Amino acid sequence: MNAAIEVTKLEKRYGAVRAVDGIDFEVHAGEVFAFLGPNGAGKTTTVEILEGIRPGSSGQVRVLGKDPWVHGRELQRLIGVIPQDFHFFPKLSPREAIDLYAALFGVSASARNLLQRVELDDKADAMFDTLSGGQKQKLGLALALVNDPKVCFLDEPTTGLDPRARRAIWSVIRSLKAEGRTVFLTTHYLEEAQLLADRIAIINLGKIIATGTPGDIIHTYGRPERLRIDGDPRMVDRLQREVGLPVLLEDGAVAVEIRGKGDAVKVLNWLDTSGFAYSSFRTSQDTLEDVFLRLVGSSDQATLELSPEGDVT
Amino acid sequence: MNPTRIRAYFIAFAKGYLRNPIGLFFTLVFPIILILIFGAVFSNTGSSAVALYVENLDHGSAASVAFLSALNSTGAVQVDVVSVPAGSSFPSYLGTQGYSAGLIIPAGFEADLANKTPVDIPVYTNPSAASQAGIALGAVAGVESAFNLKLAGGSTVLSSTQYNVGSQIFTYIDYLIPGLIGFSILTSPMFSMVNISSTWKRDKLFRQLSLTPLTRSEWLTAAMVWYVLLAILAAFVMIFVGRSVFGAHVSVVAWMFPFLVAGPVLFVSLGLVAGSVSRTPETAAVVGNVILFPMMFLSGTFFPVSSFPPYLQTVAHVLPLYYVIDGLNAGILFNNTAGALRDLLVVVGVAVVLFVLAVRVFSWRER
Ligand SMILES: Nc1ncnc2c1ncn2[C@@H]1O[C@H](COP(=O)(O)OP(=O)(O)OP(=O)(O)O)[C@@H](O)[C@H]1O
Ligand SMILES: [Mg+2]
Repeated sequence: MNAAIEVTKLEKRYGAVRAVDGIDFEVHAGEVFAFLGPNGAGKTTTVEILEGIRPGSSGQVRVLGKDPWVHGRELQRLIGVIPQDFHFFPKLSPREAIDLYAALFGVSASARNLLQRVELDDKADAMFDTLSGGQKQKLGLALALVNDPKVCFLDEPTTGLDPRARRAIWSVIRSLKAEGRTVFLTTHYLEEAQLLADRIAIINLGKIIATGTPGDIIHTYGRPERLRIDGDPRMVDRLQREVGLPVLLEDGAVAVEIRGKGDAVKVLNWLDTSGFAYSSFRTSQDTLEDVFLRLVGSSDQATLELSPEGDVT
Repeated sequence: MNPTRIRAYFIAFAKGYLRNPIGLFFTLVFPIILILIFGAVFSNTGSSAVALYVENLDHGSAASVAFLSALNSTGAVQVDVVSVPAGSSFPSYLGTQGYSAGLIIPAGFEADLANKTPVDIPVYTNPSAASQAGIALGAVAGVESAFNLKLAGGSTVLSSTQYNVGSQIFTYIDYLIPGLIGFSILTSPMFSMVNISSTWKRDKLFRQLSLTPLTRSEWLTAAMVWYVLLAILAAFVMIFVGRSVFGAHVSVVAWMFPFLVAGPVLFVSLGLVAGSVSRTPETAAVVGNVILFPMMFLSGTFFPVSSFPPYLQTVAHVLPLYYVIDGLNAGILFNNTAGALRDLLVVVGVAVVLFVLAVRVFSWRER
C-alpha cells in the first residue's frame, strides 16, 4: 500500500519545550488515521508541520511524496485543512467564503452542495461572526473540501459540538473515506477515533506511545479479559488459591483474569460450590478508553518500557 | 501575481470593510464631520495670517503705507517691514532668516503711481512653503487689482511678475480640504493595517489564507488597491462638501492623483510594519497610535504648518504626511507643479522604503 504521509524522526522544539519529540508513523492512502492525545500532546504541532504551515526542527516529513515546508504551494492544491479553532473573516457569509476559496483555487465549486453536505445550507447567507461554534466548524469543513483534496487534515473537527452536529461531521468524514480520500484526524475523543479510524496513533508529551488498529491497540496494551463478580469480597484469597488465577478487587467487585471460556467455567463452578454470596457476574474487557487512560496516565514510564509485545502494569 | 485571485480577494476584502461601520466611519464620515466643524468655527474668523516681510525702498511714502495696510486688511497676510543689513540682498536676507514670503516696494513707488507709470513689485516666495507662498501672492494680487481699479479705471498700472502660483485669496477652508484628504489617506490604511496585521495573526486568518494559493503580494496588492480607491473617493467627497457647503476654492486636479496612490501605499506599508513588529494586538494598537497621532496633528492637517512655531515646523518636515498634504496643497490650491513634484518624490521615496520593509517583516508563516 502506498503511503500518503510519511513521518520519520520528526522533532519540533520551542526553546526547551519538545512539542514533538521524535515521532515516526505512516498514513496509508485512502485510510482514516486518527491522532489521539491529551491536551498539549503535540497533535496540532504535528498537523501544522504536515500542512506546511510550520517547519519541523529535525526529521523528515513527506505528504504525497513532497516535503510540505519546501513544496507548500504545490501541496496546497492537494490537501484540505480544517485547523483547530477555525476562524474566518467575520463579515463574510459561508456562501461568500466558499466562492472566495473556489476563486482562489481556480476551481468551480458549488457553495450550495458543499453547504448541504455539512448541513449548513440554512446559514448560507449569515455573517460568519453570527454563526455558532459548531456552525463555524462546519464551514471550516466545507472550505477544506472546496479544492477536492486528496488528503484532508482535520484538527479536532468536533471539539465543542453537540452530539447531533458531531454525528453530522462523522458522516462527512466517512464519506470522505468512501470517496477515496486520505483523512488525518486529530481528536481527544476515543469514541470518535474508535468509530472512524482505520488506524490510530496515541501521542503523549510529543511521543507516539502506541500505533495500530483500535483492536490491535486494545489487544496489545489492554489488560486480559476479566470475569467480574459482584459478591462477598472475602472470597478473593480462597478463590486465588483454589482456582489458581490472578484475582483482584476492582471498584468493589471481584475481578478474575481469565484466558478463555474454560477459565470462566472453572471460576463459576468454584463459586457455585464455595458458598460465598454473589448477586451477578459478567465478563469485562478494556475499552480503548481504558487503554488510553492507562497509557497516557503512566506515560512517563510507559514510553520507556513499552514494547509492542509487552504489557503495562 | 494572478489577477483573478487578486480580484476575488479584493471583493471579499471590500465586503468585509464595507460591512464594518467603523472603518467606513473613519474614512468618510469622520473627515466630513471635521470639515463641517472646523469649517464652521474658522471660516469666518479668517486664517492665521502669513507673515509677509517687506523692504520698503520708497521710505514710508503715504502710497506705500496705504498699499501695505491694504495688504494687512485682507487678513491673509501680516505685513512686517524690515531693514535689510548692508551687503545683503533682500532675497538672501529672507533666506537666511528663514522667512518664506516677502516683497519689495520699489523706490519711487508713490511718484510712479501718481504718474500712472507701471510699477513692478517683486514678490519673493519660498517654493517649499507652497501654502504661504500662495497666500502671499494671492493677497498681493488682490490688493494690486484693487489699486489698479481705483487708480486707472481698470487699466493696469501695477503688476507683479510672479503670477503663475495662484490668484485668489485662500480662506481657511481651502487649506482644510487638502489637509483632511491627507488625514483620510493617513488614517484609514494605518488604522486598518495595524489592526489587521496584529489581530489576523491572533485569529490565524493569515494562516487560513496561506493554505490557499493566494500569495502575500497578491494580498498586499488587493489591500493597496482598496485603500487607493478609498482615498480617491474620500478626496472627491471632501472636495464636493468643501465646495458646496463652504464655497471652498478647491477642485479635482490631475496632480492630486499621484498622491492619492502613493499616500495609501506608504501608509498601508507603515501600518503593516507597525502591526507586524508588535507581539500582541494591544501593543500594535499602542505602536500604531504613537505613530498616527503626532502625524495626524503636526502635518498640516487642520492648520497650515507655516502657522506652527519653528520647532514644530521642523518636526513636521520629518513626517511623511506633511509632504502628502503639502503636495496636495501645491496641486489643488496653487497649481504649483514644481512644488507638487518635489513633495511627490519624497512621498514615493518613503513609500518604496516602507514597502520593502513591510514585505520583509510582514510574514504569514509561523515558526
Ligand atoms: N508557538 C509555540 N511556542 C512555544 N510552545 C508551543 C508553541 N506551540 C505549541 N507549544 C507547546 O507545544 C506543546 C504541544 O502543543 P500542541 O498545540 O501541538 O498540542 P495539542 O496536542 O494540539 O493540544 P490540544 O489538544 O490542546 O490542541 C504544548 O506543550 C504547547 O504548549
Ligand atoms: Mg491542538
